[in-house]
Amino acid sequence: MTTPALRDLVIRHPGQLDKQPFLEVVDLKVHFPTDDGLVKSVDGLSFALDRGRTLGIVGESGSGKSVTSLAVMGLHTRPSSERTRPGAQLSGEIYLDGDELLSKTPEYVRSLRGKRMAMIFQDPLSAMNPYHTVGQQIIEAYRIHNPVNKKVARKHAIDMLGRVGIPEPSRRIESYPHQFSGGMRQRAMIAMSLSCDPDLLIADEPTTALDVTVQAQILDLIRDLQSEFNSSVVLITHDLGVVAELADDVLVMYAGRAMEYGSAEQLFNRPAHPYTWGLLGSIPRFDRVGAERLLAIKGTPPSLINVPSGCPFHPRCGYAARNGGLSEDVRPELAPVEPGHTVACHLSPTEREQIWEHEIAPKL
Amino acid sequence: MTSPRHKPVAPTPDQDSDLIIVEGLVKHFPIRGGLLRRQVGAVQAVDGVNFAVKRGETFSIVGESGCGKSTTARLLTRLLEPTAGKVTLEGRDITHLKDSQLRPLRRDMQMIFQDPYSSLNPRHTVGKIVGAPYRIQGVSPEGGVKKAVQDLLAAVGLNPEHYNRYPHEFSGGQRQRIGIARTLALKPRLIVADEPVSALDVSIQAQILNLLEDLQEDFALTYVIIAHDLSVVRYVSDRVAVMYLGKIVELADAEALYGGPMHPYTVALMSAVPVPDTRRRQERERILLTGDVPSPISPPPACRFHTRCWKAQEICRTQEPPLVELLPRHRVACHFPENYPDEAVRESATEASTGEDYR
Repeated sequence: MTTPALRDLVIRHPGQLDKQPFLEVVDLKVHFPTDDGLVKSVDGLSFALDRGRTLGIVGESGSGKSVTSLAVMGLHTRPSSERTRPGAQLSGEIYLDGDELLSKTPEYVRSLRGKRMAMIFQDPLSAMNPYHTVGQQIIEAYRIHNPVNKKVARKHAIDMLGRVGIPEPSRRIESYPHQFSGGMRQRAMIAMSLSCDPDLLIADEPTTALDVTVQAQILDLIRDLQSEFNSSVVLITHDLGVVAELADDVLVMYAGRAMEYGSAEQLFNRPAHPYTWGLLGSIPRFDRVGAERLLAIKGTPPSLINVPSGCPFHPRCGYAARNGGLSEDVRPELAPVEPGHTVACHLSPTEREQIWEHEIAPKL
Repeated sequence: MTSPRHKPVAPTPDQDSDLIIVEGLVKHFPIRGGLLRRQVGAVQAVDGVNFAVKRGETFSIVGESGCGKSTTARLLTRLLEPTAGKVTLEGRDITHLKDSQLRPLRRDMQMIFQDPYSSLNPRHTVGKIVGAPYRIQGVSPEGGVKKAVQDLLAAVGLNPEHYNRYPHEFSGGQRQRIGIARTLALKPRLIVADEPVSALDVSIQAQILNLLEDLQEDFALTYVIIAHDLSVVRYVSDRVAVMYLGKIVELADAEALYGGPMHPYTVALMSAVPVPDTRRRQERERILLTGDVPSPISPPPACRFHTRCWKAQEICRTQEPPLVELLPRHRVACHFPENYPDEAVRESATEASTGEDYR
């Protein structure tokens, strides 16, 4: 199924190494043909996620994190001769509990959505239908996968709304999405996604549109529901704070590729990629009097039509010059720096350690 | 200004160091309804706010959506006219000036907006956008407008040769730099920035924050920054005001505020901020507020936070706590403040340590 080398990269629980991961993405490519050229949104991405774990995918806009999640959910428009606009070109493999999804028909993947995998979107107002009550939308999703009558489904919907902390659920089930506040809508969407008890939950920036006190409520809710249902969660965010709160494992993406992959503990305490250093240095710290100046990353993210050769980060990297043009010419692959922690960078381990210890860590 | 609760509580106007003084500022947006479009209520966006901003400092207003921070910014720059209260810029009352009287003042105060996409005219070149203030104010800079604009572009880290390009050719961070260059054209004294970095990516955010810091030094600027991100606010500010439902609940030096927040709302707000540090995941004590912020159309009586406050008692529902200086340079509007020496004596040692985490 996969090469042993890729298998080794996968972060696994000790004791589960012999088992298959619940979600496995292997060499995923998602390309969009446009008039200006081929947009390589995701270009050779591999990762795995075990049951009951949370994977945080971090990156800036255009890094390919949302495109990856839509590929897993089977929500990209595939190219077809009838369409005037070409769809996405997908290649690679996506295994959900051993079941390869990219080779399956859209109808089959649709039958999995809701039941086996579900998604929470960033903006609940545009993800819900304004013409139907919140209750109708949850009931519809539930009845597609469960052969029950309306009364039972309604009872289940009220139950779910109560579980996510919506007061007076039996009354609020009759409300339309616009009658809810932002935080309540996000709760309602979480109730809808979880109504069929999915094994995989993808949350795409679930709290970005929310205020910080509401964000804390929603993050707690996702954490509690995950342990209750033992689902696997993919959390997509640009906020390193949210990742540190919730994720077990973290994947750092840049220009459609994985830069670094490891446990949250490794990534925050011993980050190994210059891009991760840049991200950590760019955020002002709430919890301490920070350095005088932020360690900003110079330049801007690259165009996905003309992704820089070699390491896509090299034009913005302060250390790319250290290995004699290697970063410009050769694309680095993920390689282990310690068990369960991989990084795609040409810096030698000693160099990396020295830079981190003497130049980066003291300034964070 | 008739109601006693709008009485200015604090700032002693100091003409030497205060650049802008706000006293009892109120802005109510009327809600009209019925056949005759009569006023049936009002959104009490800002309801009695007092503060003064010193020359050369960075003063931040932080709060959640709907707390009135952006309305306050627009009142300061007089993009809105206050319902009541007084705004004094450099000793001059600008509260009710007409548009024609305001125009010369715009040289002294400028605004940076949140969205770098909608705040630049897509049909104008960068040169025209950044040069607009000269045109509007009838100012002819030394060496000509083109040279002045190119100098400004260089000052904000853009290539001066991009003079003839259009906004769509730039990324979000570069557009924000264009917007900043435009505000600097007339060498203003005060810049009011409404969420200047919240629409930008993390790595770009840091570049803009560093730029704002450099410019403050080079151009001797005073900043009023409106933001919801408590980490950004801590990094940039000298003093911080926390707003809740149209009122300032706490105002202090940034370090004092983050080191020992006194208003329960500030404490809850700070405990909710996710910190990029896995080691702190377990140790942190989270105060989860229940429910949502009440509607500013009918805010709760007395202390507006009492409906969500875990310390609320009878007095909080009947008597509004004034914004008073409980510690030197630290003003709080609360009957039962946290991290207050007197309070610590009254409470048991364990309860009083709620704020230890932020020290």
